[in-house]
Amino acid sequence: MIQQQSNSSSRFTRTSFTSRKEWYETAAKWAFLIMAMSLVIPLLMIVGYLIFKASPSLSWSFLVDVPIRGMREGGIWPAFIGTLYLVIISLLISTPVGVLAAVYLNEYAKDNFFNRIINMAVINLAGVPSIVHALFGLGAFVYAAGFGYSIISASLTLAIMTLPVIIASTREALASVPMSFREACWNVGATRWQAIKAVVLPNSISGILTGIILQVSRAAGETAPIMFTGAVFFKAVEKGDLFPYQLTDQCMALSMHLYTVATQVPDVKESIPFATAVVLLGSVLLVNASAIALRVWLRNRKKW
Amino acid sequence: MAEEPEKVVRMDTQKKIRVEDLRLAYGGIEVIHNISFDVFRNEILAIIGPAQSGKTSLLRCINRTIDFVKDASVSGKILVDNEDIIRTKDVFGLRRRIGMVAPLPVGLPLTIYENVAFAPRCSGMKKKSQLDEIVERCLRQAALWDEVKDRLNNLGTSLSGGQQQRLTIARALSHQPEVLCLDEFSIAIDPVTTMRIEDVLKELKREITIILVTNLTHQARRLSDRAMFLWKGDIVEIDRSEVIFSDKPARQETYDYVNGIIG
Repeated sequence: MIQQQSNSSSRFTRTSFTSRKEWYETAAKWAFLIMAMSLVIPLLMIVGYLIFKASPSLSWSFLVDVPIRGMREGGIWPAFIGTLYLVIISLLISTPVGVLAAVYLNEYAKDNFFNRIINMAVINLAGVPSIVHALFGLGAFVYAAGFGYSIISASLTLAIMTLPVIIASTREALASVPMSFREACWNVGATRWQAIKAVVLPNSISGILTGIILQVSRAAGETAPIMFTGAVFFKAVEKGDLFPYQLTDQCMALSMHLYTVATQVPDVKESIPFATAVVLLGSVLLVNASAIALRVWLRNRKKW
Repeated sequence: MAEEPEKVVRMDTQKKIRVEDLRLAYGGIEVIHNISFDVFRNEILAIIGPAQSGKTSLLRCINRTIDFVKDASVSGKILVDNEDIIRTKDVFGLRRRIGMVAPLPVGLPLTIYENVAFAPRCSGMKKKSQLDEIVERCLRQAALWDEVKDRLNNLGTSLSGGQQQRLTIARALSHQPEVLCLDEFSIAIDPVTTMRIEDVLKELKREITIILVTNLTHQARRLSDRAMFLWKGDIVEIDRSEVIFSDKPARQETYDYVNGIIG
């Protein structure tokens, strides 16, 4: 081999090995590129197909109108506002609990039996299927706590479902703040809380907020937990009314509405389920886009 | 360990810190084996020794940040002004008495002003005029004031590495410590700045006690009044610097290490 090399005019001469290497490099690059592209294509196809099928119904009035003729025509306002209620209330419950729990687990908890139990509970809670959460919500909030089928029961169920993920994402954000910052604070006699307040939280807030906002889409999209605990087939509300529900009322929700108009109601105008799906998908994408924008904005303000 | 009152009475008032039978283990593996030594008031004690010999761990015991290390167990006594700090309740007060400078500069992601005002604020000081005064005094002492006085509201992390290290020193001085522990403070800064800080340390020696961990034998020789050679968790030799860095220290290992024959 060495003999061969010294015979050739230069070390940069193409050999069978170098051309094979180049071929592999090109092949690998294209293989990865095609995989990456194939992620985008289904999304574009889904969105394109939905919008195409939904186009006859899509309009501003579809959003703010109430359903008429047994949900065969009209808009989706009660479902839209119901989803808004459920998402906001569930996150109002799960955010403080989740963030504070994560701060405890990441900043204060020692590695002992008690905290390992908490950790295991969080991990297992994240793996519970949503239908099981639904049954738990039914038993715990609807019956045992006596909230009945209501927005508050459904929101609590959704909150419990999103809690472990919020804890996990918050812990990750907190862990990304370098340990040396905390140590520098402790070295000058700061308590753990003083260090958290001055340095850890301000520098992990972007990650924490992103994690929370991404749970909006999950809470908005889940059907099973709310179906068992507070979402209903139909609820009459005023067109464009921003506060149509009490906490103890049952409500409509977009995901549930999509399910009913697609499968339970005969002779629905064909474009209505698709238009409902577009509104659901559109609002989720809007929230996710705002999460990304917020993260970029906060990251630009990041201080190290 | 039982209290032995005679010992406390015998303690020289000139001794600022007295370490007695200190042992430290991380998860059952002992890294500091039963060491005892004194640190005198207003001296610079240099601790030299190779990596893994327990220098940083020793400093962490002295300001009790060892509490934050998982599975660390400390036994023995560390007396600061006759008060056993291993058993003290007020660890936050203790850490304000013992300043600590870490090897790598840590500019907190706060403004330069807040970096220095952080410690006084943590101990409850609110008055702007007092804080201003502390910030200026500490930045001057750390030889940083002239470079940053016009941009105190910039971020501490925007400073260069050497400036951040001086900022770290300024922060360590901001709570008016009685003892200042420096853990290889010069590895991230240039020789000229190092010399300036060394001058500052010689100046500070009049008021406070300084423990200097360093890998630079020359620095230890220049600065210290006494030096301690720590090797794998044991004290090989502790003596006046003239002796340690002379041709005839008491132990051959010390000579070999200082002169680069082992280590």
